[in-house]
Amino acid sequence: MSGVNIGILAVQGDVAENILATKMAIEELGMEGIVTEVKTPEQISDLDGLVIPGGESTVIGTLSLVNGSLKKIKEKIASGMPVFGICAGMIVLSKKAKDRVVGEMDQPLLDFLDVKIERNTFGRQKDSFESEISMDKIGISKFPGVFIRAPSIIEAGKDVEVLSKFNEKIIAVKQGNIIGTAFHPELTGDISLHKYFVGLIKKKN
Amino acid sequence: MIPLSGDLGNAKGIVKEKIGSFGTTRGTSTLKRGFAHMLKNGVVMDVTTVEQAQIAEDAGAVAVMVLDKLPSDVRKAGGVARTASIRIIQEIMDSVTIPVMAKCRIGHVYEAMVLQETNVDMIDESEVLTPADENRHIWKWDFTSPFVNGARNLGEALRRIEEGAAMIRTKGEPGTGNVAEAVIHIKNVNTELRRIKSIYDAGDEQDLISVARELKVSYSVVEETASLGRLPVVNFAAGGISTPADAAYLMTLGCDGVFVGSGIFKADDAKERAQAIVLATTFWEDPDKVKEAQKMIDERQSMLGLDTKNLELRMQERGSTA
Repeated sequence: MSGVNIGILAVQGDVAENILATKMAIEELGMEGIVTEVKTPEQISDLDGLVIPGGESTVIGTLSLVNGSLKKIKEKIASGMPVFGICAGMIVLSKKAKDRVVGEMDQPLLDFLDVKIERNTFGRQKDSFESEISMDKIGISKFPGVFIRAPSIIEAGKDVEVLSKFNEKIIAVKQGNIIGTAFHPELTGDISLHKYFVGLIKKKN
Repeated sequence: MIPLSGDLGNAKGIVKEKIGSFGTTRGTSTLKRGFAHMLKNGVVMDVTTVEQAQIAEDAGAVAVMVLDKLPSDVRKAGGVARTASIRIIQEIMDSVTIPVMAKCRIGHVYEAMVLQETNVDMIDESEVLTPADENRHIWKWDFTSPFVNGARNLGEALRRIEEGAAMIRTKGEPGTGNVAEAVIHIKNVNTELRRIKSIYDAGDEQDLISVARELKVSYSVVEETASLGRLPVVNFAAGGISTPADAAYLMTLGCDGVFVGSGIFKADDAKERAQAIVLATTFWEDPDKVKEAQKMIDERQSMLGLDTKNLELRMQERGSTA
């Protein structure tokens, strides 16, 4: 097969929007490649890159554990596959998560991204907001941030690069080939962050 | 990207404020509809207590819906069904991390205001409760919190979207344990969507305008829906889902997810059933996995259910003509 093979983890959440954004990113970069929904360990093993979309982190984690996908994703990330975790996806990638109200959580996590996350950090749905943010370190000076019951990062390890902050709270990070954001680029029509992610895969190949 | 057809850019529910040096906006269609997008491929479970909410969360529910009584008990009790006790809603909000929804009566603007102040994540303007105003649903653009509404056909769905609903669910016939009506409603919507899509593809604007008149909605919302070939908001199935196979079947009909009302906590094997329905909804494309899920439940412990042909109260008809 020619070109890159990028999967969107399709256990639960906003899969279709990420397929669209990733396809557009590939096209704009003038690359060859396919973007597919993935659910099973077999589908995941063929991938060059993976997006874990927004949704409910407890559901995505628990159900990926059930059918062995979580284990396969771990193997792939360990072997260097670039991965992009959005909101719930970033939580699933992290080492530790707690909820702002309920407290410490015992939910299945991938244990890769060296951060501690506070879930629902900005409050409940009524407090969800849009705001312009920036990620200057990766050349994106303006980006429409869509924060839906969003988490934030309350502790970051030494290998974690902070890409963006909102009012002193960390909302986007990079660690090696792992990107995590608290906000939803796939809902905005701005594909610059998806392009940056696809670029990581290109470099690797 | 989220289709924003029928969006009221200047709605009263939109709040602009500064947080630190950042200008922020809340209550936009992107945020309301986007919230519903995060629920896709998930199961929302009706609960009446903290204990049930925790069972639902552990089973992998994507959200819980708090009621005072489960729909089948509402049916049995008769009388007036109103929004749930605020104290119980708050207790549940403090004990689970997943979103918490609650129902208000159709047209009852102030029950909805109370739920918004309580900070529930989504408000269901629901036919399960006794309607307060069947002629005028709530004007949902006035709210910062998102709403979900029931619909039996495309016209109802689009009218609710024009009033500001961020999500649609089929009505089915709540509290019956019988999935038949939910199946009919989703098929109705699908048939009508195919019809307007074919008119759109043929480029027949005149015919599309007559559809808008027939459905009593604006041309623009019909046009965008027709171009998409699906509802412009997330669409879940609801009403009478009792088993993993029920949930999986509705997913095959193109639903984005399911609401389960009485089907779980009116069964005697609620815990296993909750998990099984989540598994079947996630892996609906794989008949073997759905079989495994179906094996987790015992049919002798399903709720008995009702024949929908001989009902005294048809909740689905509430608010359907407006």
